[in-house]
Amino acid sequence: MQAQVARTSIGISRLHDGRRLLRAVLPALSLALIILAIWALNPRAISYFGLTLMLSLAVPVALATVGQMMVMAVNDLDLSIGSFVGLVGCVTATWLRDEPVIGVLILVGLVLAYMLVGALIHLRNLPSIVVTLGMFFVWQGLAILVLPKPGGHAPDWLHGLMAVKTPWVPFPIVAALVIGIVAYVGLMRTSYGVILRGAGGNPVAVSRAGWSLLRGKMIMFGLAGFCGVLAGMALIGLTTSADANLANGYTLLSIAGVILGGGEFVGGRVSPIGAVIGALTLTLAGSLLNFMHISPDWQVAGQGAILIVVLAARTLINRAGVSA
Amino acid sequence: MTGSRIKLLVQPVFSQPWLWSFVGAVSVWIAAITYTGGYGAGGMVSATIALAAFSAIVGIAQMFVVTLGPGNVDLSLPANIGLASAVAMKVMGGDDSMIAAGLAAAIASGVGIGLANYLLIRLLRIPPIIATLSASFVIQSIGISYGRGLQVKPPPGFAAATSDQVGGISLLAIAAVAFSVLIGLVLHRTAFGRSVAAIGQNARAARLAGIPVERVRLMTYALSGGLGGLCGALLAGYFRGSSLDIGNEYLLTSIAVVVIGGTSVAGGKANVTGVWGASLFLVMLLTMLNTFGVSAGVRLLVTGLVIIAVIVAAGGPRNTR
Repeated sequence: MQAQVARTSIGISRLHDGRRLLRAVLPALSLALIILAIWALNPRAISYFGLTLMLSLAVPVALATVGQMMVMAVNDLDLSIGSFVGLVGCVTATWLRDEPVIGVLILVGLVLAYMLVGALIHLRNLPSIVVTLGMFFVWQGLAILVLPKPGGHAPDWLHGLMAVKTPWVPFPIVAALVIGIVAYVGLMRTSYGVILRGAGGNPVAVSRAGWSLLRGKMIMFGLAGFCGVLAGMALIGLTTSADANLANGYTLLSIAGVILGGGEFVGGRVSPIGAVIGALTLTLAGSLLNFMHISPDWQVAGQGAILIVVLAARTLINRAGVSA
Repeated sequence: MTGSRIKLLVQPVFSQPWLWSFVGAVSVWIAAITYTGGYGAGGMVSATIALAAFSAIVGIAQMFVVTLGPGNVDLSLPANIGLASAVAMKVMGGDDSMIAAGLAAAIASGVGIGLANYLLIRLLRIPPIIATLSASFVIQSIGISYGRGLQVKPPPGFAAATSDQVGGISLLAIAAVAFSVLIGLVLHRTAFGRSVAAIGQNARAARLAGIPVERVRLMTYALSGGLGGLCGALLAGYFRGSSLDIGNEYLLTSIAVVVIGGTSVAGGKANVTGVWGASLFLVMLLTMLNTFGVSAGVRLLVTGLVIIAVIVAAGGPRNTR
């Protein structure tokens, strides 16, 4: 790609930049289109109250998506994050409320377990989809053992935190902004963030330069686990009670969110801000279908269709570039 | 391991990874009947073989797709199975004379899904994981909408055919084994089967060698979809009715039996026998845990850990994700 740019004239390289820009704004554009459509159907929905309501579940989804993005940045895929978020929810609604010290220890242990999974995948050179698919069942089993029947209660402080009313801008948007910016600065703007992404982009080069790939993978999986813990806690703060299967759908949602946000499967190409925008888009898609009076049966299809449309748009942009 | 001495004698056989899944299935069975004191040993085998047939059919579907090379996986199988089970029951309408039509409709629905998957991959140039994932979102909705309030029982003849036994072995399993032999021939003795493996080993080399790569990929996804559809119809017969989440457990199962059975996740190397061994092993494992009377949580936990343990023991192939 770079060699191609170097060889071509300035005019074409400007076109190339335009294409990159278009690709970069595509996630934001799709989100804007959805908000616009909701506004057209029901202008009152785009208000402080309406957005708070529509976007409340976006916070845990965005956190899970950023977690998934960490794993995808090192060329792996985490199919276990959905049941992991569910397990964290169960721990939050039981241990963390009743025995905060033990609760915190369990959650720290879970993050360490995530790091071990990353280490295992790296050391034995295992396909991450198989290992994390196995972990999906491990987390789900543990969740059922922690909380055999739906129930439990969110700690009061957590419920209070998720119900906070921020001035002017609804809380979910503020939270999404904070998540996006923290992940962006950490991963895209720090020197170690570059190394971590490099572990996905060009592992050979990174390891020849003397950096430990094992440590990189463990850190990224650990960060994914940390995001998963935050997602589970945020989810319980919203729903106030837990269920082992509460968040199983988060696996697919988080992968879709990363891809919608411009992330790629290989090569350490990820976009934290994009991932958060992707999560918001998927959350709002449900509300849009509601306003269009489309039966809830088609909610999932709506998310699938948005994914397909955005990917089609991205392909078109890429092809336009190739033919130019 | 007592196997080490034998291993030297029959090295070529024992170096086959699929053999261990059969060994695993038998050991798990022995553990289970030791617990019950020999009670229900035969029944356990019958039940396991019957259920393993479903895993094997879905596993073979997934095996073909995985063999196409890194990144190829069909995540739409569970949604496909759910929809096909509803289609089959609706078309059969509880009438014995419509069994063939219902099966054909279910397979057609599956093949259609496979074609749609391929078109998404080809036209949007997206990784198969994302293509089949987006497709499964859409299929789930179609299934919910189509199957709403559907409570059609399978025709009596069909229900019997899926659960009848000959000498303790389910008819369905016998048919599935015969079918697997056929699949084995397709895989190892036909141009199509060899092409699938060749593409998985090196897609570029395969293309340069004149293999119609895109046509083979199209046929593979269609085959996977069709087998998923067939399995959906059979499951609806076996469980006496369709359900949208009838296929949910087959996402993990299909990938697990492929990997445990010795098919390379990196593609290019398929193993039908191994899919059967792994299916028997996994179903027997669940049967054993049920015999022990453990809770659902422990069952899930053990299943997950066993899958990870097997893949760790088998070691990782290179160039995978």
